[in-house]
Amino acid sequence: MKVQISVNGEDTSADVEPRLLLAHYLREQVGLKATNIGCDTTSCGACTVLLDGEAVKSCTLLAVQAEGQSVTTMEGLEGASDGTPTHPVTAAFHAEHGLQCGFCTPGMVMSAVSLISHDDDLDERKVREGLEGNLCRCTGYHNIVRAVLVAAGKDPDAEQKAEAESDALRTAPGFSRGESAEEAQA
Amino acid sequence: MSILGTRVVRTEDPVFLTRGATYTDDLTDERLTGALHLTLVRSPVAHATIASIDTSEALAAPGVVAVVTGADLDIDPALLFPGANKAMTRPFLASERVRFVGEPVAAVLSEELYQGEDAADLVDVDYDPLPVVIDPLASANDETLLFPEAGTNTAAAYNHDEEPDAGFFDGCEVVVTRDLVNQRLAAAPLETRAASAFWEGDRVTLYISNQNAQGGRDEIAGWLGLDKDKVHVILPDVGGGFGAKIGSDPEFGLVAWLSRRQGRPVRWNESRSENMTGMVQGRAQRQTVTIGGTREGKVTHYRLDVVQDAGAYPRLGTFLPMFTRMMAPGTYDIENVDSRARVVVTNTTSIAAYRGAGRPEATAAIERAMDLFAAEIGKDPAEVRKLNVVSPDKFPFTTKGGVEYDSGEYAKAIDLALSESGYAELRAEQKARRERGDVRQMGIGVSSYVEITGGGAFAEDASVEVHADGSVTVLTGTSPHGQGHATAWAMLASEHLGIGLDKITVKHGDTDLIPSGGGTMGSRSLQTGGIAVHQAAGELVDLAKQRAADLLEASVDDLEVDTDNASITVRGVPGSKSVTFADLAAAEQLKVDTTWDGKKPTFPFGAHVCVVEVDTESGKVTVEKIIAVDDAGPILNPLLCEGQRHGGIAQGIAQALLEEVVYDEEGQPLTGTFADYGIPSAAELPSFDLVEMTTPTPINPMGYKGIGEAGTIGSTPATQSAVIDALSHLGIRHIDMPLTPLRVWEAINAASEASS
Amino acid sequence: MIPLAFDYARPDTLDDAIALLAEKGEDATVLAGGHSLIPVMKVRLGAPEFVIDIGRLAELDYIRVEGDEVAIGAGTKHRDLVTSEVLGAEVPLVPAVARTVGDPQVRARGTLGGSLAHGDPASDLPAAVLALDGSIVLRGPRGSRTVGIADFYTGVFSSVKEPDELVVEIRLPRKGDAGWAYEKFTRRSNDWAIVAVAVCDGKVGLVNMGSTALRATATEEALTAGKSIAEAAALADEGTEPPADTSGTPAYRRALVKVLTRRALETAAG
Ligand SMILES: Cc1cc2nc3c(=O)[nH]c(=O)nc-3n(C[C@H](O)[C@H](O)[C@H](O)COP(=O)(O)OP(=O)(O)OC[C@H]3O[C@@H](n4cnc5c(N)ncnc54)[C@H](O)[C@@H]3O)c2cc1C
Ligand code: FES
Ligand code: FES
Repeated sequence: MKVQISVNGEDTSADVEPRLLLAHYLREQVGLKATNIGCDTTSCGACTVLLDGEAVKSCTLLAVQAEGQSVTTMEGLEGASDGTPTHPVTAAFHAEHGLQCGFCTPGMVMSAVSLISHDDDLDERKVREGLEGNLCRCTGYHNIVRAVLVAAGKDPDAEQKAEAESDALRTAPGFSRGESAEEAQA
Repeated sequence: MSILGTRVVRTEDPVFLTRGATYTDDLTDERLTGALHLTLVRSPVAHATIASIDTSEALAAPGVVAVVTGADLDIDPALLFPGANKAMTRPFLASERVRFVGEPVAAVLSEELYQGEDAADLVDVDYDPLPVVIDPLASANDETLLFPEAGTNTAAAYNHDEEPDAGFFDGCEVVVTRDLVNQRLAAAPLETRAASAFWEGDRVTLYISNQNAQGGRDEIAGWLGLDKDKVHVILPDVGGGFGAKIGSDPEFGLVAWLSRRQGRPVRWNESRSENMTGMVQGRAQRQTVTIGGTREGKVTHYRLDVVQDAGAYPRLGTFLPMFTRMMAPGTYDIENVDSRARVVVTNTTSIAAYRGAGRPEATAAIERAMDLFAAEIGKDPAEVRKLNVVSPDKFPFTTKGGVEYDSGEYAKAIDLALSESGYAELRAEQKARRERGDVRQMGIGVSSYVEITGGGAFAEDASVEVHADGSVTVLTGTSPHGQGHATAWAMLASEHLGIGLDKITVKHGDTDLIPSGGGTMGSRSLQTGGIAVHQAAGELVDLAKQRAADLLEASVDDLEVDTDNASITVRGVPGSKSVTFADLAAAEQLKVDTTWDGKKPTFPFGAHVCVVEVDTESGKVTVEKIIAVDDAGPILNPLLCEGQRHGGIAQGIAQALLEEVVYDEEGQPLTGTFADYGIPSAAELPSFDLVEMTTPTPINPMGYKGIGEAGTIGSTPATQSAVIDALSHLGIRHIDMPLTPLRVWEAINAASEASS
Repeated sequence: MIPLAFDYARPDTLDDAIALLAEKGEDATVLAGGHSLIPVMKVRLGAPEFVIDIGRLAELDYIRVEGDEVAIGAGTKHRDLVTSEVLGAEVPLVPAVARTVGDPQVRARGTLGGSLAHGDPASDLPAAVLALDGSIVLRGPRGSRTVGIADFYTGVFSSVKEPDELVVEIRLPRKGDAGWAYEKFTRRSNDWAIVAVAVCDGKVGLVNMGSTALRATATEEALTAGKSIAEAAALADEGTEPPADTSGTPAYRRALVKVLTRRALETAAG
């Protein structure tokens, strides 16, 4: 089957099997290898890319499902083409040492880009919950969370202090207390 | 100003954050063009004899070039750990018997990746099941043998010949004993294992995802019966290792062999599901601790018995109990220490190193024992620890196990952690919650640890060369996979030469460029490879001075490095003549190769305090705080060092609360995917509170110790202990890891049934 | 890990999709968000020969008030349930439940219709629809029919939906100010529920306590009979058959469901 997908602003197309995963399309057909595959169960998020602006796991999408849509990978972010991480998120990952082996990084960065685009008032807890779909085995997340806060225009020291002092139930993730509609929508 | 000790951001990051790192599966080396894809058919059963393998249907499938079974192999099964029972060798493809779920039985080579997976489903293997041994304690009975020709399931034993002295604890006022489980963990680096191979004549080049190119080369050469110089191993960027990428995997040898057989390049990149059974795992010890001492709190006797599960084929796991025994008494000055270990095989994935490798197990055991002892005599666990730690005036301190600790201030570390945590207020808060009968109880766990780093190979080579354009190449035998050596080693060279980091390239992980090296493992790199680079750069300065002396018409002793200009000048003569390193290199190659041998390991130490909240109705544990005092001597780059500590702490908490590789009785893994195996996400963890402390080692000129595993070693017992502490008023003294909600609830439930 | 080969079509209209499904019969499967189907196909536990992609049908993507009910198109993504102002005002339980599904990437793809059609007893939204006493609109070659959620499931991953029918709409009564709460208990933030309890207006839906989403009927009856929340919640496991896995034993799930039900009822009571 023929697919046409805009990847990082450029039209790409290929004749593919319907079963071809979008992650493999990006890596093998388009030759963009930043996007990684870390699991078989849609758990790790290493394959996260933006599809029409939303973070999705490209290992759990068929390339044919993305026909006519636009995909952004880490290679499509500001500064990437000349090798300088100048996008606010990549710049912050660099400054805050938000990566070690780098395998989770392309997906983590794209999740962060999406998270920031959805919320203009992030705090530590929201960042942590917002990254729940991305696993990192190296960093313990401490510096990733800081990087995302920085990229979101926050002071990471102040945010970490506020979170440490907060009495709010930290049991919260996936353990929602009956919150108000406003909170639910936040 | 010195660059050492400053927060330099990583030079490797710009590439990683733009086009992404180049892992083995990303390689575009043109010599791999047209590579065949390897898909392995793996055993779905834990223990069986193979009645037959029918590959005909798979061979006929589209795109399939070959289907290879053990019968086709001309390489002998390999003993994967030299110290193990010699009969316990592993075939590269099982042909007679399979011993764990995930063992390779056939290799499918296809033109395209997807074709390989389709064809692998068509390989028809007929298994005749054998009884399965999963429990290492049951394995020790030798009822079902994994290797009948070995006559035993014991792969190795340490101090196991004599019966333990029955009177060992005589005279102790208090003796407490307990069986502990240090559960099996998956290292689970985010990049799975991968290899690519091609041959040029009789020489193979292998790209592998690994922690040590040179060690890998030696093993693979041995397996294939080749001279070492016929094997060229290159490590591209490596997506995490955590110990599980130490040593070559049999699959790597197979990739090289298949490439030779087919006369074509071969690529292999395993899936996560394969990885969760195929890659070595860690920990997996059953321990019995017995601790004795006085009512006042002085510990005088300690015994540790270990049964180490080696998995089906003994690997580095065979060695782990050695480290565990060495570090058994931890930070404590205990008069009488006794330990023994036995290593047994089971029908499970092989055990090898996982972050800490033998030391977390030692620390977990002694720290649990300390808590049990403190509880028994009704004293504060932090106080009992301080009463028993080795005092600073005793260093270098030789333990009863004969291990020489280099330097340490163990009580100070505990005090720092306690004061940073607000220990007294925490205890008051705990008391208040207990009195109110809150549903959410609070627990505080304290751990004191010492570990051994650089405990394997003490020496490492380095080479530093300045080129005529002023750039520098550093070659190292250590092999980073996230640690940031490109930055850190460049800082060490830059400090001597005054040449900017942007001009310094650090190369590693290529056996042609760097024929000898011990790789990166056991937190050895800075204190071995880093010091070697430091020494090489220093020697390079000496060499440059000798050459500059003539040019500058000055004696060598009067020369110094002008670090602002990367040149040699005459000391104390402003505006004097000078010559740059680049100019010297233009005249004659300016290069130094050196070897640093520290001769001994170092012993980093610290103390962690963990504060948890336990929902006593559901068993859910929340980590509120973790305070980590980790002392690894002076810090080369705090940014990198903190990163290592953060990652270690997260993995340590994960062992305490979430992670465990579980098999059912048939040997089927129940945690074979990332959906089931409990790696924490950011949402389960708090930010970490790091406290600095600096006690140099005398072992090397910089005073550096290793920091890669400290976080893991300290945080696991602190977290486990915190949860148990939260429930101690219910009479709970111990819960085995991981302290999942289910486990915690079951303990609470049993305690309340016992009291009613 | 990749799916076995299949053929694929993405019809432009719902009618075309229904016609194609009828034509291809048993060999075909519809693909909505794909976040249950593709994982199953990747591990080759499912291997349809023909995949009909309904994931981009605008006809199935809406949330609107219709009289006493809110009508939600089956193709509505979890993320849109979370952010919907209409749902926030009319049935606030739904955004709160949807927010706990998987992770942001999963919520950006998975659909309400897919969740309900798939019928995993550990999934969140079926129990919420159950607590809300909603209904499901099915459409197939023989036309449309509406089935109450209580009559929908027949067992694990199975329902009264015929293979040639699609879930096209979910209808929920407008709940306005009625008390509600969702208590989801997981090991990790993006895990599936070990147990979860959805409460709205005195009705209680249970997740992962049997082969399908269940109503805690004994609890509901006790409440109607004027029993206290604590007394009523203590009955929450009656009639359930909780599963056993590495996260929980049946005994644990029984204990947990009582705790979560009590907490949810307390929160809902304000
Ligand atoms: C990592 C991960 C975590 C998750 N965590 C959770 C969780 O915590 N809680 C939870 O509830 N869910 C969870 N899910 C599942 C997620 O919500 C799925 O998206 C959902 O269950 C299925 O919706 P879908 O649109 O993706 O359906 P698909 O995967 O497209 O389809 C699922 C099944 O339903 C059928 N189907 C789909 N739509 C229709 C329709 N309109 N009519 C008839 N049949 C249809 C398909 O044929 C298929 O058999 C998780 C998924 C993943 C990958
Ligand atoms: S590779 Fe896509 S989630 Fe892991
Ligand atoms: S940096 Fe290695 S997995 Fe995140």
